[in-house]
This record gives sequence, structure tokens and C-alpha cells, in this order.
Amino acid sequence: MKYVIIGNATAAIGTVEGIRSVDQEGEIVLISSEPHFTYGRPLISYLLLGKTTEDKMHYRPDNFYEANRVTTMLGRTVTRIDKNAKKIVLENGESVSYDKVAICTGSRPFVPPMEGLDSVEDQTSFMTLDDAHRLAGLLGDQKDKDVLIIGAGLIGLKCAEGILHLSKSLTIIDMAPRILPNVLDEYGSSFLQSYLEGLGMKFYLSDSVAKFSTPHHAVCKSGLELDFDVLVVAVGVRPNTQLAEEIGCEVNRGILVNTRSETSVKDVYAAGDCTVSHDIAADTDRILAILPNAYQQGEAAGVNMAGGDKVFDSAFPMNASGFLGLHMITAGSYDGEEYVTKTADSYKKLVVRDNKLVGFILIGDVDRGGIYTSLIRDQVPLDTINFDLIREHPQLMAFAKSERAKKLAQPH
Amino acid sequence: MKRVYVNEKWCLGCHLCEYNCAFANSGMTDMVKALKDRDIFPRIRVEEGDSINFAVSCRHCDNPLCVKGCISGALSIQDGVISIDSNKCVGCFTCVLSCPYGCISTSESGAVQKCELCTKNADGTPQCVAGCPNNAIVFEER
Repeated sequence: MKYVIIGNATAAIGTVEGIRSVDQEGEIVLISSEPHFTYGRPLISYLLLGKTTEDKMHYRPDNFYEANRVTTMLGRTVTRIDKNAKKIVLENGESVSYDKVAICTGSRPFVPPMEGLDSVEDQTSFMTLDDAHRLAGLLGDQKDKDVLIIGAGLIGLKCAEGILHLSKSLTIIDMAPRILPNVLDEYGSSFLQSYLEGLGMKFYLSDSVAKFSTPHHAVCKSGLELDFDVLVVAVGVRPNTQLAEEIGCEVNRGILVNTRSETSVKDVYAAGDCTVSHDIAADTDRILAILPNAYQQGEAAGVNMAGGDKVFDSAFPMNASGFLGLHMITAGSYDGEEYVTKTADSYKKLVVRDNKLVGFILIGDVDRGGIYTSLIRDQVPLDTINFDLIREHPQLMAFAKSERAKKLAQPH
Repeated sequence: MKRVYVNEKWCLGCHLCEYNCAFANSGMTDMVKALKDRDIFPRIRVEEGDSINFAVSCRHCDNPLCVKGCISGALSIQDGVISIDSNKCVGCFTCVLSCPYGCISTSESGAVQKCELCTKNADGTPQCVAGCPNNAIVFEER
């Protein structure tokens, strides 16, 4: 059996580990346009922040490819898949045959049209290690650059966290009326915004850049004018679906896969940010570009490619995103009955729908928050636990004795 | 694989497991020096109720969601033990968000910490269990 994996980030590594958990013999070829050893992609902000180094960013031990007998083709770009001949075609016309292929191509930055953007030389997106290097180069070490970030989503804000200490000033602009709209509710957004403003970040919301009148000057829709030295475009991402689309895989913004990570085309699997998942918390299909999902989808792809049987059917949004000392974990959907606790330095919201916890926000105190996540993941009927107790803080005491025995007195 | 299992009806809620854990992982030889007048960061924690207490520490799951969600590769499975490389950990807390048992916590260093069954300290065998006066936690195969 010959497996080809396109991509080298979380979903791809999950696929490798999934395959090897079933098949120790088959040949694995991993092809990635990035030349680097697999690295933890969200770590690029921590690299700039100085909390990690390029070596420590390696997502797996240095002998990973050898230990798993993976032939790597790094710095090579796949141009198309020939599903009839069952081969992968590379940029130089070379091809690689496959029996099963996994598409783990992730996403790419989305850059909306903005007049004059092409004239801005000192700009970057913030998705890859190369972007991080480029940004570090643009900033230099003199702390003398005014930075403008377009986009107050996770990518923009993590970037801001990473470079605040390297910037003379840091301004973030977003069309949305509040920051992190996909992760937080209104109160959470304003809570975080105040915190970040307290650290010196400046926000302009419900506004966007209309044009760049010079390479260092932005004119906004509101009339606001901003000078900057360095521009980061972090508006959003688009899944890389082209390879799949061209061979007839069903695509609806992302590649459609079932819970076994199979696409609609035989022997073609897909996992990670390029796919659509079923969100069990909101009971809807959507792109869940988050790392834990990518790994588990990849792992399921790998196991199933190798003839095993593994289902990943518990996808839902979840994010852990600390910002310079303020910790924050969130999960699920915020549509339902709310239980809110606010203090000066923390915010907690639990959201209940149809006798289940469907979502939560914890800012400040995140201790043991994974117990809440498990209620969402396992869709635990809340009338089977002591909800009053668990509302106070996450604890196993809230579960029935028999359930606790399963958790604490049995292997799993 | 041997794991720490809980026998909640025997737990007195004495918290000795927490102290023994903190001491075992302090790297010090004197328990008083290691713990006295300090905030301790044990990797096992006692939950207390009206009539029931029990100690909770990493279950060392076969399907560890913390490892699968770790963004840096700092968490891994080493011979069945879920292990943390605090050098690689950036303290993002995705594992705190992922662990169904609430068994990964903060430490003094900023990296997360968790029970590693005392495989990395001088004792080599779980000191929470060794010091439990009532067999409310045991270290065995099940």
C-alpha cells in the first residue's frame, strides 16, 4: 500500500500517526510546499513573543519522519491529482503514484481588494513561519515601527500579542463592531478589548481601509487616516480546496468529508482546515479551522486509509487563546440559556440548550475548564449531573457516583 | 499499564497526596523546606463534598485529547505515560480546554504541568499513592 499525504501540518501529522497505528509496512510519501520540518503553526506568534524558538516549534521529535518511515518531499508543490492514473503531479511535471491520498492542504490568507494595497511593500500576512520571519525582519529590533493590523480575529490578535513589544505603536482595524467575533460574545469581546487597550493596543472597529494613498498611509471608510510603517493583513482565511475540487470531490467552501474523513472520491481523504466539519454544538456544517479537530480528522483519515475503522464525529469550535497574561478558553455555541458570572478580572458564561451544555466562555479563571468541554463533547444530559455544583466551578463531584467510578476507577 | 485509580469511599480528604506530590516534584530533599510557607502546585487535587472526597490526577488515557490537541508537540505519550516537555510548552492551555478530567494545570513556570506518575522525579513511583494513609488511591493494572 502506498499512501501520499499532501501537507505537513497538524492534519498531515495526524494522518501519518493514524496510518502507522494500523500499518507499519506501507510506504508513506509526504509532500509539502513549505520547506520546513513540521512545526506547530499557531506557535508563530509565540516565536515573535520570545516564548519559543524555531527548534522548539518542531511539532514532533526530530527523528519523526525516519521513525515513521515517511519519505518527505518538502518545498515541493502539488499542481494536480490524476485520479484515473492514481498519481500526484508536481510543479516540475514529476509525478508520485498513490493507492490512497490525504489532502491536508489547510488554508491560505484571504486578502480583500483594497485600493493601493499592491503599493504597500512592507506588508505580510500571518499564517506561516516564513510570514513570521518576514514580519520580524520588517519590524527590526529598534521598537521604532508603527504597525497596522487589518483584522481583529484570532490571527490578527495573536499577531498583535506577538509583536506588541517589538512595535512603537500597534493599531488594529476591523470591519466588525467587536474583536474576536467568532470566538467571544459581546461582553467577552469588550472585556478582552479593554485588557488589550490597557497594554497599549489601539482598536478601530466597524471601520475598514478604503485605500492606501501612499505605501505608508491608509484612508479608512470613516474618514480616519492612519500612518504606519508595517502592515499585517489578517482579514481571514480561505480553505485550499482546488486540488480536491478539480477531481470532483464535493466542496462547499471546504472539502466535504464524512466522519471517516473520506471525500466523495474513492481513495481520496481530506482533513484539517481545508474541510467542512459537522459542528455538534450548533448542529450545523461549517469549517472548523482549529488544531485539535485537524489532528483528529487526520488521525481518522490515516487509520481508515490503512484499512482500520475510525470515526471522528465530535467536532465543535474550541479555542484556548491567552493574550499576554490573560487566559481565555471557549467552546461550542452561544445560542441558548445563559448562566453568567462576572468579576473585575474574570468572565464566565455557560450556555445551555435542550438540557445540554452547548457552549462556554471562561476568561481569567480557566482552571479545569476541560470538564465543561467534555459536557459538550459527550452531550451529557444536564439532569443526570448536579448542574448547580458544576456551574460554580468545573468538578467531577457533579457527576453521579457510577459515572465518577467510570472516570476515575477504570482505564480508558 | 499501571495507573492511579481512585477508591473514593476510602478517601478522608486529608490532602496528603497533594503535599506528597508537590514535594516529590520539588526536587528537594527536605519536605519542610520544599513546602512550608509556599503556594504548592500539586498535580493531583482532592475534590471535597459533603460526605465524599476523592483525589483526581491524570488518567493517562489511551486516547489522550490533550496530546491530540497540543499545538506545540509538548505533550506526548511515552510508554503509555502522558508526558509534558515543559521546555516546548508555550502555556496556550489548549490541553486545559481539552482534558475531560481537569487534570492539567498551571505551574510556577508558565508551562502547564500534569501527573507523570513520578517517572521524571527521583522517586520513580507515584508518591501520592505511596503516602496515602487509607488506600484511597492505588497504583495498579486494571
